[in-house]
Amino acid sequence: MLIAATLAIFVAMILAIIRGIAGPTLYDRILAVNMFGTKTVLLISLLGFVMGRPEFLDIALVYALINFISVIGVLRYSDTNQFKHMPTEDKSIRKEP
Amino acid sequence: MDIIITICSGFLLLVGSFLCISGGIGLLRFPDFYTRMHAVGVTDTLGAGMILVGLMMLSTDFLVFAKLVMVLLFTLLIGPTTSHVLAKAAFHNGVTPKDSNNLGQSKEKENTSSIL
Repeated sequence: MLIAATLAIFVAMILAIIRGIAGPTLYDRILAVNMFGTKTVLLISLLGFVMGRPEFLDIALVYALINFISVIGVLRYSDTNQFKHMPTEDKSIRKEP
Repeated sequence: MDIIITICSGFLLLVGSFLCISGGIGLLRFPDFYTRMHAVGVTDTLGAGMILVGLMMLSTDFLVFAKLVMVLLFTLLIGPTTSHVLAKAAFHNGVTPKDSNNLGQSKEKENTSSIL
C-alpha cells in the first residue's frame, strides 16, 4: 500500500505540473507550485518508509517550512507594481478606476 | 493486533492517495481559479493528514512518530494559511470569478446553464 500511495502522489504531482505549465493566470501557477510542494513533503515521507530510512522525515520537515516561506514571499512580492500580470480575459477590471 | 494496524494504515493511505489524485484532477479540470483553489485547498489538507496518520500507524520508533506529528501539524497550519493568502492576493490583483462580469445582463442564460 505504501508503493500504491507513492504512485498516486506521483500522478498528482504530474497533474500539478501540467496545470503549472498551462495555467492561464499567474496565480494558477503559484497554486500549482504550492500543491507540488505539499505533495513533495508527502512523497519524501513515503519514500522514507518505502526505502526503510525514516531519517528522510527531517528533510520533509524542512521542505514544508521552505515551501511555506517561499509561497508567502512570492505572494507578498505580488502586491508590488512590478509583478502586475493582467490576464487577457479580465480586461474589464482595468476600466474600473 | 498487527494485522489490524496494517489494515487500518492501508485504508488510510488508500483514502489519502485517492484524495490527492482527486485534488490533482480538480486542479486540472475546474473552469475557474477560485474553484481550482477550492479543490486543492480542501483535498490537500485532508489527503496529507490521512497519509501522515497512516504512516504514523506504521512507525515503531517514537522519534519517527514525533517527526510525523510535527509534519502533520505544519501541514495543517500551512495549507489553510496559504489558501487564504493566495485567494486574497488574487482577488486584490484583479482575478475575477468566471461569469461575474456579465451577471446582470445574462441572468436567464446563467439559470439555464446552472440547470443543465
